[in-house]
Amino acid sequence: MNGTEPLVSVRNLKKEFPIRKGILSRQVGAVKAVNDVSFDVARGETLGVVGESGCGKTTTGRSILRLIEPTSGEIRFEGRDVRAMGTSELRALRREMQIIFQDPVSSLNPRMAVGAIIREGLTIHKLAEGAAADARVRQLLQEVGLRPEYSNRYPHEFSGGQRQRIGIARALSVEPKFIVCDEPVSALDVSVQAQVINLLEDLQRDHDLTYMFIAHDLSVVEHIADRVAVMYLGKIVELATVEDLYSTPLMPYTQALLSAVPVADPHARKERIILQGDVPSPANPPSGCVFHPRCHHPAKDAACAAIVPPLEEKTPGHFAACIKQPPTTVSWEQQKEAGGVHPPERYLPLAAVHA
Amino acid sequence: MLDPKQRQRFLGDNRARIGIGIVVVMAVAAVVAPLIARQSPITIDLLHILERPSGHHWLGTDIQGRDIWSRLVFGARVSLTVGLISQGIALTLGVSMGLIAGFYGKWVDEIVMRLADVTLAFPTLLLLIAMVAALQPSEGVVFATIGIVGWAGMARIVRGQVLVVRQLEYIQAIRALGAGDLRIMARHVLPNVIAPVVIAATLGVAGAIMAEAALSFLGLGVPPPAPSWGSMIADGRDLDQLRRAPWTSVFPGIAIGAAVLGFNLLGDALRDALDPRQYYRAKKEGEA
Repeated sequence: MNGTEPLVSVRNLKKEFPIRKGILSRQVGAVKAVNDVSFDVARGETLGVVGESGCGKTTTGRSILRLIEPTSGEIRFEGRDVRAMGTSELRALRREMQIIFQDPVSSLNPRMAVGAIIREGLTIHKLAEGAAADARVRQLLQEVGLRPEYSNRYPHEFSGGQRQRIGIARALSVEPKFIVCDEPVSALDVSVQAQVINLLEDLQRDHDLTYMFIAHDLSVVEHIADRVAVMYLGKIVELATVEDLYSTPLMPYTQALLSAVPVADPHARKERIILQGDVPSPANPPSGCVFHPRCHHPAKDAACAAIVPPLEEKTPGHFAACIKQPPTTVSWEQQKEAGGVHPPERYLPLAAVHA
Repeated sequence: MLDPKQRQRFLGDNRARIGIGIVVVMAVAAVVAPLIARQSPITIDLLHILERPSGHHWLGTDIQGRDIWSRLVFGARVSLTVGLISQGIALTLGVSMGLIAGFYGKWVDEIVMRLADVTLAFPTLLLLIAMVAALQPSEGVVFATIGIVGWAGMARIVRGQVLVVRQLEYIQAIRALGAGDLRIMARHVLPNVIAPVVIAATLGVAGAIMAEAALSFLGLGVPPPAPSWGSMIADGRDLDQLRRAPWTSVFPGIAIGAAVLGFNLLGDALRDALDPRQYYRAKKEGEA
C-alpha cells in the first residue's frame, strides 16, 4: 500500500429516491439527492462537507458506509470496491468505517444502558467479551471524557454533549480508520460544540483517524477540516484546502455562503451577498449549472443554463464547477454554441468576503 | 418496560389501582379455586336446584343443583387462561409478523398486511364461530382461534411502530457497526416497539374473555361440564328461570363485566402512563 493512495475514493456517486404516485405506485420522477459526485479522502485528513440542508451531504456520507444503497457510482475504501461487497465482507468493512450522528437524542437506543450500547460493537465483531469487554467499555468512556461508572446509566440521564460523547465511544469501539461525522455538533450549544470538536481532534491525533466532517456551520468546518467540499443540490460545486476556500472562494455560491458567516467584530464591514430565490427542488433541478438561476456571476449567460460545468482544477488543488472561471475545459466555441455571450475570464474573488 | 417516572404515573392512577385490584382478586380466586370453592363445581344435586343464595350456597344453585359460587371461581380459571393464552398466541404471532413486515418492507410488508386485512375484514365473532364449529369445540381450539383472530391488530400496531423506529439513528448506528438483521430486530427494534403491544394485549385479554363467554354462551366454547361464565349465563337464560332464579345468570354476568372492566382499566392506565402527552392533556382538561 503506498502512502499517496486515498483512503476513500468516490467516483460519480448518484443516489435517486423514486417519487411514486397513484394506486399502482408508478414512478413519476426521482429526487436526485446526490448527483454525480466524485472526491477522495486522503489518509489522516479531515474532509469537510458543507452545504444547505437537503443538498445531499448526509446521503453522500451514508452511501459511503452503504447505510444507503447508492443508485450508481463507485466507492472504494483502501482500493476495495465497497459497492461490490457481500454480507460478510461488508461486515468486516464496518469495523473500519464508522459514523457519528447529528441527533444526540435519537442516536442512542433509549432502552439500553450506555455500557451495553458501547459493547454492541465489541460483541458483533468478537473483539472482547466478559470482563475484558467491561474493561474496554470503561476505557472507551474515559477516552471520550466520561466517567466509567456511567456505563450502567441510560441515555436519558445524559445531556446532549454527553450523549454525543457516548455516540463517539460507540463508533470508536471497533477501532475504525475512517469516521463519517454527520453534523456531530449541529445540535449542541456553542460551548459544548467546542468541547466535542476538541475531543474529535484529540481522537484523530491519537488513533490516526480520517474524518469526513459534514456540517452546515462554516466556522466549525474552517476550524476542523483540512479540505472542504461545498455541495449544492446534490453536486460538489467547489473543493479546496481550507485556506484556499476561505480566502479565495471561486464559486459564486461559496462566496455567498462565506459572506453569510457572522464575524465577531461589530465594526467589521463586509459585503453580504444575498442570494435570490430558494434552492430549487432536487426532483427537478435546473439545467446546466444547477446554481445558475441564483448566480450573481457577472459573466453569467445562456451557456450556464445549457452546459453542465465539470468540477475542474482551477488552481493547484482548488476545484470548482464553473464554466466562466478559467481555466475551463469547456471551450469558448462550445459556450457560444450554447448561447454564451461572455467569454470566460479571470473572475476575481471578492476581497471583502473574508474580512 | 416502565421507567421510574412511568411507573409512578401508572401507580398513581386510580384506574390502574382499581384494575390491578380486580385482576389480582380474580387471579387469586382462580389459583386457589379448590380452596375457596365450597362444593365441587360439577357435582349435580337435583334435590337442591335453583336454591336462592344462602349460607350454604353463597350464590345459590343452578338448574342442575350445582353451586354457583364454586362454578364462578373455577370459571375464573377458564376465563383467565383463555385471556392469557390467546393473547400470548396473538402477541407472538402479531409481534413477529409485524416486526418482519415493518423491518423488511416492500413485498414482505405487502403480503403480511394484506393477510392482516383479510383477517380483520371478517366479523370477529362470526370467524370464531366458523373456526370453532369446523374444528370441534375444545379448550385448545378455543384458545388457539381467539389468539389467531387477534394477531392482525397486533401486527398492525407493531408494524407502525417499526416503521418509526427503524429509521431512527440508533438503528443506523447499529447497522453501521455491522449487526445482522436478527440482532437489530431482537435487541434494538423489539424493545422499542413492545410497549403499545403490551397495552393492546392487556385490552385484548378483556376482549378474549368476552369472546370466550360469547362462544360458551352459544355452546361453542369450553365443552361442558367445565364451568365457564358464558355457559353459566346460557344455562340460566330461560325467561321463566331468569324471573324465578335470577342469580343463575346475574352473578356470572357480573363476573364477566368485572373482569372486562378490570383489564380495560389496566390497559387504559398503562397506555396513559406510557404516553405522557395524552396523560397531561387529560389532566389539564380535568382541571379546566
